Amino acid sequence: MFANTDLQHLLFGRLSLEDIPFHEPILQVTFAGVAVAGIAVIAAITYFRFWGPLWRDWLTSVDHKKIGIMYVVLALVMLLRGFADALLMRSQQAMAFGTNEGFLPPHHYDQIFTAHGVIMIFFVAMPFVTGLMNFVVPLQIGARDVAFPFLNNLSFWMTVSGAATIMISLFVGEFARTGWLAYPPLSGADMSPGVGVDYYIWGLQIAGIGTTLSGINLVATIVKMRAPGMSMMKLPIFTWTSLCTNVLIVAAFPILAAVLALLSLDRYVGTHFFTNDLGGNPMMYFNLIWIWGHPEVYILILPAFGVFSEVTSAFSGKRLFGYTSMVYATVVITILSYLVWLHHFFTMGSGASVNSFFGLTTMIISIPTGAKIFNWLFTMYRGRIRFDVPMLWTVSFMVTFTIGGMTGVLLAVPPADFVLHNSLFLIAHFHNVIIGGVLFGMFAGVNYWFPKAFGFKLDEFWGKVSFWFWTIGFYVAFMPLYVLGLMGVTRRAQHFDDPSLQIWFVIAAIGAGLIALGIGAMIVQFAVSIKNREALRDVTGDPWEGRTLEWATSSPPPDYNFAFTPVVHSLDAWWDMKARGFQRPLSGYKPIHMPKNTATGVILGVVSIVFSFAMIWYIWWLAALTFVAMLAITIGHTFNYNRDFYIPAETVSRTEKRRTEALAARV
Amino acid sequence: MATHATHTLVGDRMSATDVPEFLDLKGEHHPEGGTMLGFWIYLMSDCLIFAVLFATYAVLGRSYAAGPSPKDLFDLPIVAVNTSMLLFSSITYGFAMLAMEKDDLAKTQLWLAITGLFGAAFVGLELYEFAHLIHEGATPQRSGFLSAFFTLVGTHGLHVTFGLIWLVTLMIQTRLKGLGAENKRRLMCLSMFWHFLDVIWIGVFTFVYLMGVLQ
Repeated sequence: MFANTDLQHLLFGRLSLEDIPFHEPILQVTFAGVAVAGIAVIAAITYFRFWGPLWRDWLTSVDHKKIGIMYVVLALVMLLRGFADALLMRSQQAMAFGTNEGFLPPHHYDQIFTAHGVIMIFFVAMPFVTGLMNFVVPLQIGARDVAFPFLNNLSFWMTVSGAATIMISLFVGEFARTGWLAYPPLSGADMSPGVGVDYYIWGLQIAGIGTTLSGINLVATIVKMRAPGMSMMKLPIFTWTSLCTNVLIVAAFPILAAVLALLSLDRYVGTHFFTNDLGGNPMMYFNLIWIWGHPEVYILILPAFGVFSEVTSAFSGKRLFGYTSMVYATVVITILSYLVWLHHFFTMGSGASVNSFFGLTTMIISIPTGAKIFNWLFTMYRGRIRFDVPMLWTVSFMVTFTIGGMTGVLLAVPPADFVLHNSLFLIAHFHNVIIGGVLFGMFAGVNYWFPKAFGFKLDEFWGKVSFWFWTIGFYVAFMPLYVLGLMGVTRRAQHFDDPSLQIWFVIAAIGAGLIALGIGAMIVQFAVSIKNREALRDVTGDPWEGRTLEWATSSPPPDYNFAFTPVVHSLDAWWDMKARGFQRPLSGYKPIHMPKNTATGVILGVVSIVFSFAMIWYIWWLAALTFVAMLAITIGHTFNYNRDFYIPAETVSRTEKRRTEALAARV
Repeated sequence: MATHATHTLVGDRMSATDVPEFLDLKGEHHPEGGTMLGFWIYLMSDCLIFAVLFATYAVLGRSYAAGPSPKDLFDLPIVAVNTSMLLFSSITYGFAMLAMEKDDLAKTQLWLAITGLFGAAFVGLELYEFAHLIHEGATPQRSGFLSAFFTLVGTHGLHVTFGLIWLVTLMIQTRLKGLGAENKRRLMCLSMFWHFLDVIWIGVFTFVYLMGVLQ
């Protein structure tokens, strides 16, 4: 018997059948749902004989457009998971008063709020932002791909690997019960001996490596691969914000990697970085994680600012007001985002001078941000504004984000923060800026660039339904939390005693229900648009009277993006081309040099999931094996020198001829 | 390079007609390779990992928890030998690069091999030092100071180890494929990596060992 358990321990580490939560009805139903949906998807792919094309054209693709689309799909899928967590929390808090304990026991509720935060930031907002940047940036700068196409594919699969690791925790073992930043000593080995924090660590570590690599890739792309004539001050504004975001990624994510590594050492090796005894210092973790964490929120919002700038100028039919000041505002925000991290823990007790410094730097950030808001307003001023769906999201953002910004300035005042720290006021504030800023920006971006990616517009009616439910739902869900926060209600509570608070939580739950309808309408919007794609088709490649280079090519763009590299003479290069009577050439095509697809990224992604799983469950032999395998696969990949090919001129000519015919048929 | 091509492209045609050339019809534009820039950015991101570890050491460096201090532990002569191994390896890598510039494969390989030996000696001495410390009871679990020390120095050692694996890989690849443009680029990248680790080590040597013993 004893020898038996020994063997089991050697083979499976601390994993046993008891770790599969058979006794949790909510998880059983979820698992059944996921299993049914998974089988349906697999069956559909088999039925439509899609496995081959899926593997050849998507999973192994190094095409930045396809990788961008896959990132956004990942974000949308994970949004459903993260939002399911939100619904659970809102309904629990709406009912758990007095003798009613609600339906989620504390140990489960704690996992849910942790998972919600982790998933929404790392696996919804980040892939959304990275996906849009991947898709749009090379097109906007007139390039044929990113600087390192294989690395791009690998980054994507690392992100998927992290997401998959977090999802596995739902059905095998447990997730962290620590809150989304896993503060020690709670996340240390003594207080959290289970696998939850280890799932957290490895999910984020692997995804974070992917993010860093994609940051390096996009910086190199923007610096080195711009079309001739495109000087930095002729760079489209979305590309500018992407550049700043990727600089921030490169400068912030290594810090996250290091902090997570130190926490891992504390948990796995027994070192004393963040412990309470033998010289450890938990507050060091707070500082380090927020030195990553504050730039992170600007990593998310800057590309959203870029989307709003593009949308405002396109739908107002005007050049962006104050382009130069917009660029400088973006750069100033980039720099300042490194000087504010301590405002996340004014209550730590750093003293009046330190707190004042970080309070002031925080308030100063609102100046460049305010400048941006005025630039957008002045762009709209006397413009011929078209209220298509992307513009609706933009207008809603301007109002919502301004409110969120103002509550942010309130929180930046250290004495006020002492009262509001960790209250629902804070929760309302950051949802206000992340939903009203990042998410609205991504939705505007999806509606704006969808026709470029797929060749047909998204359905307008369902887009508007989704927009209104989201916007109204947001206010109904989060304004009550401001009120509750001002009354002193703290975050992360599973149960409340004071029945007078209940009405506010019920209102917030109704708001979450409205947002659910908004998400539903969005799914309907995709379905209806795909069904009516012929009616919604755009053959021009320029459905919005666009101004930047991505609208100069067909929709969807060919693999090589541009048959001829554009030469840029002005900001808003495509607008300039249209205004000066640009004629599309019909002959003279040349072979185009392109990178080859590779399966290495997918394979490394899958092996890294197994590696993470083995590390989480202490299955050391498997961890060693998969680690060596990853190393061998990586080295093996470098022995492949045959990585590129030429698209023959005839193929380019044929593709372009089809476009010529489609354009002619339209008139 | 690219900007130069741009100017001629834009310049000539602009004067000829009102509608400038909007496309590179002759296929004259070739974006420059971004590998060197990309690798440089990667090095800077790696540098930040070391920055975190140095900062951690600065905070925890005196949290002895009634355990041993740097003065009790560090054996400067060994560290001096160790340091010289790494510095010599940087010089010999430089010789390998000079040989590479002259397209002398045999010499490049020879200098790479010598670099590898110096690097292996460095890692070996470091492991010996670690084993010695652990044997004396100064383990990473003993105190915050020792946790920070082992992690900072160990992370550097791990980097050197990966550099060695990379170096062997490149020796095989240059043997198989010769000194083509692609392999030269790879050797340049490893060169930057290797010198970068040297610079980090100077920081470790000064900040951890020298100042530790001076305290």
